[in-house]
Amino acid sequence: MATRQTQGLARLMRAPAIILLFVWMIVPLCMTLYYSFLNYNLLNPGMTSWAGWFNYQYFYTDPAFFESIKNTLVLVLGVLFITVVGGTFIAMLIDKPIWGQGIVRILVISPFFVMPPVAALIWKNMIMHPSYGVLADVARFFGASPVDWFAQYPLTSIILIVAWQWLPFATLILLTSLQSLDTEQMEAAEMDGAPAVSRFLYLTLPHMARAITVVILIQTIFLLGIYAEILVTTNGGPGFASTNLTFLIYRAARLNFDIGGAAAGGIIAVVLANVIAIFLMRAVGRNLD
Amino acid sequence: MTMTIRALLGATALCATAGIAAAQDNVTLTIATVNNGDMIRMQGLTSEFTAANPGITVEWVTLEENILRERVTTDIATQGGQYDILTIGTYEVPIWAKQGWLVPLEFDADYAVDDLVPAVRDALSVDGKLYAAPFYAESAMVMYRTDLAEAAGVTIPESPTWTDIMNAAKAMTDKSKEQYGICLRGKPGWGENMAFLTAMANSYGARWFDTDWKPQFDSAEWKATLTDYLTLMNEYGPPGASSNGFNENLSLFQQGKCGIWIDATVAASFVTDPANSTVADKVGFAQFPNKEGVDNHGNWLWAWNLAVPTSSDAQDAAKTFIAWATGKGYTELVASKEGWRAAPPGTRTSLYENAEYQKEAPFAAMTLTAINAANTQKASVQDIPYTGGQFVAIPEFQGIGTAVGQQFSAALAGQMSADDALAGAQGNTLREMTRAGYVK
Amino acid sequence: MARAVTRNAKIGWTIAAWFVALLIFFPILYTIITSLKTEQEAIAGFDLLPSFTLESYQTVQSQNNYVRPFLNSVILSVGSTILALIVAIPAAWAMAFSPTKRTKDILMWMLSTKMMPAVAVLVPIYLIFLRTGLMDTRIGLTILLMLINLPIVVWMLYTYFREIPGEILEAARMDGASLRDEILYVLTPMAVPGIASTLLLNIILAWNEAFWTIQLTTTNAAPLSAFIASFSSPQGLFWAKLSAASTMAIAPILILGWFSQKQLVRGLTFGAVK
Repeated sequence: MATRQTQGLARLMRAPAIILLFVWMIVPLCMTLYYSFLNYNLLNPGMTSWAGWFNYQYFYTDPAFFESIKNTLVLVLGVLFITVVGGTFIAMLIDKPIWGQGIVRILVISPFFVMPPVAALIWKNMIMHPSYGVLADVARFFGASPVDWFAQYPLTSIILIVAWQWLPFATLILLTSLQSLDTEQMEAAEMDGAPAVSRFLYLTLPHMARAITVVILIQTIFLLGIYAEILVTTNGGPGFASTNLTFLIYRAARLNFDIGGAAAGGIIAVVLANVIAIFLMRAVGRNLD
Repeated sequence: MTMTIRALLGATALCATAGIAAAQDNVTLTIATVNNGDMIRMQGLTSEFTAANPGITVEWVTLEENILRERVTTDIATQGGQYDILTIGTYEVPIWAKQGWLVPLEFDADYAVDDLVPAVRDALSVDGKLYAAPFYAESAMVMYRTDLAEAAGVTIPESPTWTDIMNAAKAMTDKSKEQYGICLRGKPGWGENMAFLTAMANSYGARWFDTDWKPQFDSAEWKATLTDYLTLMNEYGPPGASSNGFNENLSLFQQGKCGIWIDATVAASFVTDPANSTVADKVGFAQFPNKEGVDNHGNWLWAWNLAVPTSSDAQDAAKTFIAWATGKGYTELVASKEGWRAAPPGTRTSLYENAEYQKEAPFAAMTLTAINAANTQKASVQDIPYTGGQFVAIPEFQGIGTAVGQQFSAALAGQMSADDALAGAQGNTLREMTRAGYVK
Repeated sequence: MARAVTRNAKIGWTIAAWFVALLIFFPILYTIITSLKTEQEAIAGFDLLPSFTLESYQTVQSQNNYVRPFLNSVILSVGSTILALIVAIPAAWAMAFSPTKRTKDILMWMLSTKMMPAVAVLVPIYLIFLRTGLMDTRIGLTILLMLINLPIVVWMLYTYFREIPGEILEAARMDGASLRDEILYVLTPMAVPGIASTLLLNIILAWNEAFWTIQLTTTNAAPLSAFIASFSSPQGLFWAKLSAASTMAIAPILILGWFSQKQLVRGLTFGAVK
């Protein structure tokens, strides 16, 4: 029944959102692109000049550049791994008939409501601090010497914090998917004597493929932009061990006030994000259809 | 598309002008400040100021140091005019004054500008004009446990050398009792570990740049600095030192886990405060150490200051507030409300001549000695092209200092050798300085 | 018939689930506990029984009035979400009921607008805000937060609307329903749960936004993210105070989230369910 009239109406209904987002994308993008070709330092506003490709060259020859790309990928993959595996496990757990199911669910999704900088502060001071953190107390209780998380395992610590924040999101999406699983099929498989592991592998997992794809896709977009947690906890160090691409841009923009360099970094980050997105769509995109 | 933006811009510009017109009868001062104890105390006393100046309303924006610095720098560089008074450090004042971003401050006789501690006043002046008024100031000094030193049979002279410190730290260390000879900053950052290491390097005769702005991390002096620092920390320091900053060391010292702590003089009032410190009555003070034969005690000088940006539209009211908050009367006000110990230290000579203050603050004499000894105009015994004590007063230093700090912190964490860290620091700094046009 | 769950299995699952849940919730719980301690207790080592003092809350409140940032957080998060819904509902509707070949591409493109790191575009946006007088205004930040979350809102709504079977519309039309009736009596009741959970999720996302809300505000529009920034890493260790401020910043949204937990569990699918 899609007449010409309803199609026109549909276009009209789509237009505001698309135009707004287009403006929101194109204006900053063009300005950033423009700045990326300028020698423009906020602290020396009088000395602005055309830079050509210099900012890009300068950004990728930064000694921290390749390590930061590696750290970006490790961070994204690490968090995705923990949230998808942990989320699946927890979703299955809280889908079971248990006592206090409502409260358990509330507790599990709580980290989602905590602001990122607050989450980082809590983990840094209360949990992972080598002298006063709870983990240090636990270590001492068992007679071990406390671990100095942010010095010894900087990137792992940040992955843990970020994963904690995103676990509820993954759990919720995976849980809704789990709830739509055909229970009759499951019971039939159980009657046939299929062991739990193969029931999970051949029934549950394929059913959840779509949900897992959605989790991976949306989280990747957010995880590529992580920097507040790094700033609060390790400041990118020691060395460059926890510097990711966004933090490198932060350093250019907010410590050096090098607007040209930060803009070049931003464009590089967008290109990288697009490469990853295309790769992801190739790899798992068909699950969405 | 451009039409949409313009329409949007037009509409909002209208709203904005309406807003400004409505607020003209009464002056509102927006003050950006850092969340340190002394500033929070000032915030609490605002009502005293507004009572005396009924036409002025004060709005506070309190932020943690790094965010504050980001916000006010962006605002002043874009001439945003969001703030009328900025709380800024001795690092920013000369740089911003040279850019013409700050209003020069002149006070009437009541203010007694000559009472300001000379070293601090110099650090805040460009071409003889004062561009910011100091709220509190600090240098660095040695704080040590007199009881532990006695038990270990070592004495720390009033003006120790690094050899004295090394020996004392060794003697006081007893790791089985979680008692560490020395606690120093290790957390990366230009205002964290690099503040300490730059001062230490100064006292070793090192310099950041030669007169051609060439970085000097390949010099013997820097190598000696970093090697001794790593020896001190690895042999006699607490575990996990590479993430310790001022706060972490403060609590370690307060809980009796450090023999020696070399840090900002402002720490003295915390460690001698019986309410929070378990070692309050067992703390001795000494001057920042130097290397034998090098007449240099680090030249650490830091002050939090109040300044007025040229983009402010309430400059007169702003100056009134600054005269109040950094004047002699304010010190007395704080003393009458919370006792002399709470008076903001380091800015006025008269405070150190006050008998009551001397009685309540055992660290007063050493603090003043340390501040007076700091020469921020020439921090190294070698020739240098820059000013600043535990930092280099150039706009690029925040970025460079933090990058170098990360290398040194990695060396402390055992992830790279001292030589690698120095080489990394040299390469990184040379790169940045070349880009900024200093090194031809 | 559902299979009978043995009592033992249920006990086992319950213990496991509670263990995991408490482990995940622990950092928040410990923050709340710490906020009820004195500063000395806060750094004295592990202890789950505080002295239940409200001292830290009083200090926090006396240093920085909670009311204005709280109200700003409410206005910004609710305002931006409602704005986003107004723009997104028609768009998602059109995409779901008159899909074209490119609908999926448009959705992916919308998501890709989030790829530019905020910190790289800060100065351009900062300058725009300055020149247009949007700096430190609620309206400016509301628009900005709306734009940031719009892709997610469209995506969520689209997946809900797509679940509404087209046959119902056909049937209603056969019965002679007008377009108005169709929307009011047939579609709205089916769409409301989806809209509600979209609303919830985006209020949470907007509430927790802590970059633009700090960088583009001074006093008038500063929300709770800026409130927190005035208590993090001061000189000295004030963990009880920091915990109290943190608790105050997250409590409203935490409580909202708890009360609407069912809605969230049901609603957060992003098209994950087929």
